[in-house]
Amino acid sequence: MPVRSLLLDPRRWWPFTAIVLLVGGLWTLGSRVATTDEAPRQANPHEGFPAPDFALENLSGETVALADYRGQVVIVNLWASWCGPCRAEMPALQNVYDDLAADGLVVLGVNSTAQDSEAAARSFVAENALTFPILLDRADDVSQTYRLRSLPSTFIVDRSGLIRAVLIGGPLSEAVLRSKIEDLLADAP
Amino acid sequence: MLPTLQIGPLAMPTGPLLLLLGVWLGTWLAEREADRLGLNRDTVSALALLGLIVGLVGARLGYAARYSEAYAADPLSLISNNLATFSLPEGLAAGLLAATLYGRRQGLPLRRTLDALAPLAGVLSGAAALAQLASGDGFGAPAQLPWSLYLWDDYRHPSQLYALLAALGVFGLWWRWGRAGFAGFGFLLMIAGLAATTVFLEAFRGDSLLLTGGWRSAQVGGLIVLAAALVWMRRWAESAQPGQSRT
Repeated sequence: MPVRSLLLDPRRWWPFTAIVLLVGGLWTLGSRVATTDEAPRQANPHEGFPAPDFALENLSGETVALADYRGQVVIVNLWASWCGPCRAEMPALQNVYDDLAADGLVVLGVNSTAQDSEAAARSFVAENALTFPILLDRADDVSQTYRLRSLPSTFIVDRSGLIRAVLIGGPLSEAVLRSKIEDLLADAP
Repeated sequence: MLPTLQIGPLAMPTGPLLLLLGVWLGTWLAEREADRLGLNRDTVSALALLGLIVGLVGARLGYAARYSEAYAADPLSLISNNLATFSLPEGLAAGLLAATLYGRRQGLPLRRTLDALAPLAGVLSGAAALAQLASGDGFGAPAQLPWSLYLWDDYRHPSQLYALLAALGVFGLWWRWGRAGFAGFGFLLMIAGLAATTVFLEAFRGDSLLLTGGWRSAQVGGLIVLAAALVWMRRWAESAQPGQSRT
């Protein structure tokens, strides 16, 4: 093999190494990313993209939009009352909301109402004394926009509206939730 | 894109399944190489699996250490099934340390053992590319090309497919030329090949982790690994006896 014959001769090997590294270095230099080069990304339900906006009614019939919470860290949790892991992680969501709402945390519990019963959802919320906003996705719009494939699905949105973590499945523990939002809450609003 | 595989009521994440498949295939190939190199295949296989398992544990503990207050209050979360709570640097360090200690304890020769493990590195690299293709991670920069992939509402470089092809190419190179010569050559050829393709292909990624000044961290890391592999290749070539065979 040519590389092995090069290897046996240091007078050829070191220049070869230098050329390879020089070409690699120049390529790396040329492919640096200037922030001004980057076109704004379209909203997508994926880490690093702006979170797709939505507006849904809460349990009191008021319309709540994700954009209303720009400047705060938002946990968007898609759930259904019949889903075991969804039910199991609700206390953890309530606890972090109780602890960190004052620091700028919002939890939006988006009930996948198109595949749930509104009555069952209301009853579950009452039984568990959930105090964060519960939104009803009756037309399945948010599930489709967020390409819901598995319940529960949780999206962590930072203060600038970017998705910073996507957590598929559950139940999520309090520690996992806190680890994902701690740094984001520390960012200045 | 196929992030989850629905099997009846079970939604299995496709990426980790592909990585598991990669571990299985890579370990099987490493065992075959161990046989060819005159090493004990069971010891080499145990070393690879120990490294991977300790690596996983280290990655979880490393992640938890960063958020020690949260995990101290809820230690059971350490055994959570959540795949987003691993830390790669700590995992790599723990896995390599465990494998090194085990290899020394078992008296495995370093360079020949690394040669036996070379196919595992190549296969894992390919499996990681496939896993990213399935999950939509590692996506390319926007580009209007006949072979662009429509992903995340834009036509993009199919960077995951580039990475898969590169891994296959490097594997082919190793298969053809890396399995002869001095001890350690095959491993270093595989590492140098993977590092060089990372430096080249990272330029087409749309999700690079950037350092100050817009440098892509994977390219900088790739260059360092490439330089180390090339320097070591010469050093090991020098130290090999003339006409030395590995087997």
